[in-house]
Amino acid sequence: MTTVEPTPLLQVSDLTVSFRSESGAVNAVRGVSYTVQAGETLAIVGESGSGKSVSSLAVMGLLPASATVTGLIRFKGQDLLSLNDKRLSKLRGSGISMVFQDPLSALTPVYTIGDQIAEAVRIHQHVTKAQAAERAVELLDVVGIPNPKLRAAAFPHEFSGGMRQRAMIAMAIANDPDLIIADEPTTALDVTIQAQILEVLKKAKEVTNAATVLITHDLGVVAGFADRVMVMYAGKAVEAATVDDIFYAPRMPYTMGLLGSIPRMDVEEKQPLIPIEGTPPSLLNLPAGCPFAPRCPIVVEQCRTIEPSLDPTDRSEHFAACHRSLEIGQRNWKPADVYARPVIPQDAIAAIPREDRPVVLELEDLHRSFPIRKGTVIRRTVGAVRAVDGVSLEVREGETLGLVGESGCGKTTTIMEIMNLLKPEQGRIVVLGNDTNGLSADSRRRMRRDISIVFQDPMASLDPRMPIGDILAEPMWVQKYSNAKIRERTGELLKMVGLSPEHASRYPAEFSGGQRQRIGIARALALDPKLVVLDEPVSALDVSIQAGVINLLDELKARMGLSYLFVAHDLSVVRHIADRVAVMYLGRVVEVGTSKDIFDRPSHPYTQALLSAIPLPDPEKERSRERILLRGDLPSPSDIPSGCRFSSRCFVFAEQLDAEQRNKCKEQDPGLYPMADGHHAACHFATVREVV
Amino acid sequence: MSTPQEIFELPPASVETPDVVGAGGGQAPEALSRGRLILRRFLRRKSGVIGVCVLVAIFALAFIGPHLTHWKYDDFDQSNILAGPSGDHFFGVDEVGRDVYARTLRGLQKSLFIGLFSAIITTAIAAVAGSLAGYFGRFIDTTIVWIIDLLLVLPSFLILAILSPLLGGKTWWWLVILLAIFSWMITARVIRGMTLSLREREYVSAARFMGVPPLTIIRRHLLPNMASILIVDVTINVGVTVLAETGLSFFGFGVQPPDVSLGSVLGSAQGLATTYPHVFLFGGGLLIALVLSVSVIGDALRDAIDPSSGSSKL
Repeated sequence: MTTVEPTPLLQVSDLTVSFRSESGAVNAVRGVSYTVQAGETLAIVGESGSGKSVSSLAVMGLLPASATVTGLIRFKGQDLLSLNDKRLSKLRGSGISMVFQDPLSALTPVYTIGDQIAEAVRIHQHVTKAQAAERAVELLDVVGIPNPKLRAAAFPHEFSGGMRQRAMIAMAIANDPDLIIADEPTTALDVTIQAQILEVLKKAKEVTNAATVLITHDLGVVAGFADRVMVMYAGKAVEAATVDDIFYAPRMPYTMGLLGSIPRMDVEEKQPLIPIEGTPPSLLNLPAGCPFAPRCPIVVEQCRTIEPSLDPTDRSEHFAACHRSLEIGQRNWKPADVYARPVIPQDAIAAIPREDRPVVLELEDLHRSFPIRKGTVIRRTVGAVRAVDGVSLEVREGETLGLVGESGCGKTTTIMEIMNLLKPEQGRIVVLGNDTNGLSADSRRRMRRDISIVFQDPMASLDPRMPIGDILAEPMWVQKYSNAKIRERTGELLKMVGLSPEHASRYPAEFSGGQRQRIGIARALALDPKLVVLDEPVSALDVSIQAGVINLLDELKARMGLSYLFVAHDLSVVRHIADRVAVMYLGRVVEVGTSKDIFDRPSHPYTQALLSAIPLPDPEKERSRERILLRGDLPSPSDIPSGCRFSSRCFVFAEQLDAEQRNKCKEQDPGLYPMADGHHAACHFATVREVV
Repeated sequence: MSTPQEIFELPPASVETPDVVGAGGGQAPEALSRGRLILRRFLRRKSGVIGVCVLVAIFALAFIGPHLTHWKYDDFDQSNILAGPSGDHFFGVDEVGRDVYARTLRGLQKSLFIGLFSAIITTAIAAVAGSLAGYFGRFIDTTIVWIIDLLLVLPSFLILAILSPLLGGKTWWWLVILLAIFSWMITARVIRGMTLSLREREYVSAARFMGVPPLTIIRRHLLPNMASILIVDVTINVGVTVLAETGLSFFGFGVQPPDVSLGSVLGSAQGLATTYPHVFLFGGGLLIALVLSVSVIGDALRDAIDPSSGSSKL
């Protein structure tokens, strides 16, 4: 790279990391070079296994002993690889600090938050205990923890996920580091909390004036946060440029594919995503040539034999590892030119107006609570967690209802209640016209043909001890299909989801995440159901894989006339797949309407906040957007605020209402008021606000 | 930070790339059932196959062996007391003139049955009780845990000692059952704990939502996923019960003379082990071979059942 500037803060050149494994050396990082200037933000983007985390852990010297690291890492001119652990420890925390992905495991559970931050201070600064404790409280205040003095004495388990991540950031900036490495700092958090944390990270940067290396897989986060971006694939940097160049003038097909495959919330209509075919290569025995060649739509002969290096392109400060990057620039190819947008067959049923289609699933005032018990000898009920507190929904044939909400809002409990097909605590569940109340065991079993589920985690939802064939056959065994029919259907199902029938004798562990999710989908479709409940079916997958699964779901729905209940926390995915959307908050649906209603004319303040918190993969839009930041965390469902349950975090309530109006919110629980035809919002003062 | 194995996905099994995983040659495209797959993978493990051969040999020796000599286990040959191995007495003679070969094999028969059966029964009781308690919870759980606790506080050796002369004098089957009844509790608790965590897994929920009956879920999803611990438990129990039976027989509570078990052969030969090793050596060697072959088989079986172990990737 060009070295006109003064010595960079961090210079990494030709870094390689390999792990020994039983089947040979795994080359996790294969020659990565980059520089970070003082004060700038570099984002390293890549899918799982691309080596993005490993390369940063190498900078911190935190790799396990089984890793072999070569190359050069210079921090302020000092060679980090030649330092021993003791001298490196002096640097860690004061020179370079790190924010980890999982704030729960990054904090010690047996010490208070204040003590842990004070410890970080005392390691690098010569201050008394009292001074360090005081500094810890100051730092907690900086990262926006309310009542910092009191909260400093709390233990990690008493903090919510977002607060823990704030505490981690406080610890990271405790010693005014020059470089903060943030490894997926918001991946484990909900969107509204993610928006808060990104603000805190920006503030932390201002306070310390540190350079930041942000490692993430989320291009949306990158767009609003980074100055420069490096895209990694199979252990190598494949493209490096300024953030605008990456988004508006990508020169490497992989980056283009990533941009095409992320579902975007700001598109007008529901349209198919552009998946990248295939899966990332194994780093065990990489074949010669460009590692992306097998998946690249514009691959040429040269790509299969010679691996391209990271070379300058037609634009300044823009580097790409592609033989055809200059050509891409000359022809001004955009992602849509390189990748063909798949054609999803039109749903025949979409022609029938919604009102005329039969109702597949109906929930009416569904309740579910879990008692909280105390006492060891005599157990008494001291309260109840009202997980689902009066949910009414309706799914009609051929329709996808997106059920969205943050973790803890009761969406999982709702679908578990549906899948149990039992009489609910209160309310009614009606599947295809049959009330679950008073079903006989036999008719319940028959009902299970019509309703099936796809789970979130493709690792946990398939029995690891069963071959795929048996997994797919299980629902058919239950419904007493003949063996010959089961065998035939198994092969059919595998083909339907893009796998081959020979895969039936393999175990789940032999498949990648995306393939496993396809198997999960095949199992759900085994009995030709009418309704499929999808519980976050793509949230555990990489973006390039996710797009393929979403398209598959869309295609199957059109082909088989399915209805989906699609549960997700990711609203951009929902925009791509759902016809109607219901937003849940604390066990209640607060807004429901068509996808267009919800995304273009959100009326409930919570929906608005949720939408505005989602980062858009578009740097210009992202810079001009104004975020609605919600205060605090989700209240506990065992202690729901009186009146409107959202009032405790509502920005409209806090900023725009007078005392009398506030009283109304405090006292009256708003019902679902109609906003337009088929669009309802549970807010006394609902107004449309455009936030996307 | 995850291990390299977790970071890197397996090679894609697409149509273009010949897949690395299932390179078992020209295998039939038809899906193999789980049983066939496990058998195939078991046969791939040499140690397991050797274990089976040794076990079969021990069985053959125990049941065909006695016909190769005219000595019976309760015959006395007063003229050859403590004589070494010879063409007439294959393993020699003990201190009162009994043929060691005949006694060892007779004992081996008993110990084989007692060890194998009570180990299997023990683990079976533990698996059933533990998984029922864990899966169903509530009343069933409370009852089973109560029984476990009760049996744990009872002095099992004393009860065995009191009961076995009453029952054991007639048939050693009682001994097998008594040994099993007093040794399943700890394993059952472990199984119960594992069930509690396994039943929250999504694949168990998936099975429930398909309408799979609870007992089938336990049999098809829960027990196979605990198979490694169950198999290891059986192999450990073979050794433990053989030794427990030895202890009982040593004190005269187990297999009653004139009948013998491997335990009582070893018990009576203990004092002569250093001076006349032939009295002790053959019985001891067979005991080691027996326990060892069972554990090697267990090991191989566990690897065959566990798809994440090495042999699945061959």
